[in-house]
Amino acid sequence: MSHTDAHAINEDRGYLTERGFRSWACTLDHKRIGVLYLFTTLFFFLAGGVIALLMRLELLTPGPTLMSDHTYNVLFTLHGAIMIFLFIIPGIPSGMGNFFIPLLIGARDVAFPRLNLLSYWIFIGGIVVILASLVSPMDTGWTFYTPYSARTGAAVATLSLGIFLVGMSSILTGLNFIVTTHRLRAPGLTWHRLPLFIWAMYATSIIQVIATPVVGITFLLLAAERIFGIGFFDPAKGGDPLLFQHFFWFYSHPVVYVMILPAMGVITEIIPVFSRKPIFGYRAIAYSSLAIAFIGFLVWGHHMFVSGMSHVAGVIFSFLTFFVAVPTGVKVFNWIATLYRGSITFESPMLYALTFIFLFVIGGLTGPFLGALATDVHLHDTYFVVAHFHYTMMGGTVMGLFAGLHYWFPKMTGRMLNETVAKLAWAITFVGFNTTFFVMFILGYHGMPRRYAEYLPKYHADNVFATVGSWILAVGVVIMFANFVWGMFWGEKASANPWRGLTLEWQTPSPPPTENFDEIPTVTDWPYGYGKKAV
Amino acid sequence: MTAQRTYIAVWLALLVLTGITWGVSYLDLGLWNVVVALAIASLKASLVALYFMHLRSEGRLVWAFALFPLGFLALIIFGTLSDTLFR
Repeated sequence: MSHTDAHAINEDRGYLTERGFRSWACTLDHKRIGVLYLFTTLFFFLAGGVIALLMRLELLTPGPTLMSDHTYNVLFTLHGAIMIFLFIIPGIPSGMGNFFIPLLIGARDVAFPRLNLLSYWIFIGGIVVILASLVSPMDTGWTFYTPYSARTGAAVATLSLGIFLVGMSSILTGLNFIVTTHRLRAPGLTWHRLPLFIWAMYATSIIQVIATPVVGITFLLLAAERIFGIGFFDPAKGGDPLLFQHFFWFYSHPVVYVMILPAMGVITEIIPVFSRKPIFGYRAIAYSSLAIAFIGFLVWGHHMFVSGMSHVAGVIFSFLTFFVAVPTGVKVFNWIATLYRGSITFESPMLYALTFIFLFVIGGLTGPFLGALATDVHLHDTYFVVAHFHYTMMGGTVMGLFAGLHYWFPKMTGRMLNETVAKLAWAITFVGFNTTFFVMFILGYHGMPRRYAEYLPKYHADNVFATVGSWILAVGVVIMFANFVWGMFWGEKASANPWRGLTLEWQTPSPPPTENFDEIPTVTDWPYGYGKKAV
Repeated sequence: MTAQRTYIAVWLALLVLTGITWGVSYLDLGLWNVVVALAIASLKASLVALYFMHLRSEGRLVWAFALFPLGFLALIIFGTLSDTLFR
């Protein structure tokens, strides 16, 4: 099966017909806004990646290698802040969500197109402010912990204002998606016929709308403490430094599910298509998205076990943390059950989707080590944590994003990627990723602390291994992006439905026309009837 | 009452409640100072939501969306207190 199936090859450029700066900067088309988000976030993915490569280079030798300790502190802060706030949070939700939510529910656009454009420009405004903070770059880590962040001479207030704006954009996007899902579903598209990507995005949007204001307020409190000397977090003025951590993680823990849920949604779309089997456990997957979103709000204290928080709180949060594993496990087992006895083909989207399951399970299962009170004392703030969240966030979310980019590339651009190059890039990326990060579990277990520019000589060999891995990973990513650029301009023309998918986005030309569908489709069945229905 | 009169009545009620908050701050009620201040603030917020933001005349879905985040507010208070009360 491939792009040479019987569907008519579409020659016109659909939503991409109009050209010029204005046609993009002032567009109300959700697809164009989605593309803008994708370009912006992928740019920052590459920028954050370059910073990571520099850090890995510094860690090639135990002592000073390239840069001062302060520069290293700045780089890991920037790497964290850029990757989290400018890439991974908006990447799939605002990029792919914008492009595909209306297409998947048979709508002509999102509910509030102007709000959508506003949210993109607020995002850009936030980026400008964040870049302005580079005049005196932050060295606090992306977590902004007080009391250091209240005292350092770096531009904390500027960076937090930038993130405040980015958060505002995130809230507007989430709000838009919630209303779109409630109001604009095609006739016959009941909740239990919705593609599971929509369920995942709906759960994501709820977290965005509820949690993001908390971090916004927290940054305002921090700014008030820095600028006006009000003692929210400074004990000398009657404040509590741990209050900052409570507020910060009340947002920042749920937000890891803003990062992972959309990726889970993407691969839930891909697995049945390339297994030619109906999705197993539709309702279990749908409701587990909501369950993850909800339980995600109950566990923030597990970031604070060694902070001096009360033991009672530690026990409560540790206990609740184990519950997140349940809906996550439900998803993994349902994906595997979908694969079971399917007619699996290994096109590039499927390779990335399977990689997601493999790496995310490693990342997920190392979570309970950190969620258990006793082992966390040993592992806290070591490379074990770095390995854990890179396996979930990069091995999970970023692989999910790559899966989605390969899967939906023909729909977004009207052209096909070079499949051989895509598979080559996948293989190199997979090897590079594991070489870089797996060894970090071992380093952390042996006690190497994170966030230091130097380390004891006994960790040298493993660090060389990880740094070489980062080069392999970089080669894989560069080949993949070169393939994207090549495909965008010179790829073979794509048919409307190259993967023989049943969801609504495949029932319209590639690339889709400005208003998505000539006629709004009427839905009579769920979208996962593979192997039963002729496509 | 016409709509305009209702708005004015609610506005006056908000002013009176603000006055009470101010007055109570002069009394020393111990821990109850916080309780009274928060209770009055909640009442004022409810008035604003019900009348000025028209929640009173909205359907069940909008009510659900309005009440849902209050649960999360309770959650963050409960979680933080589980730390500070037992330290």
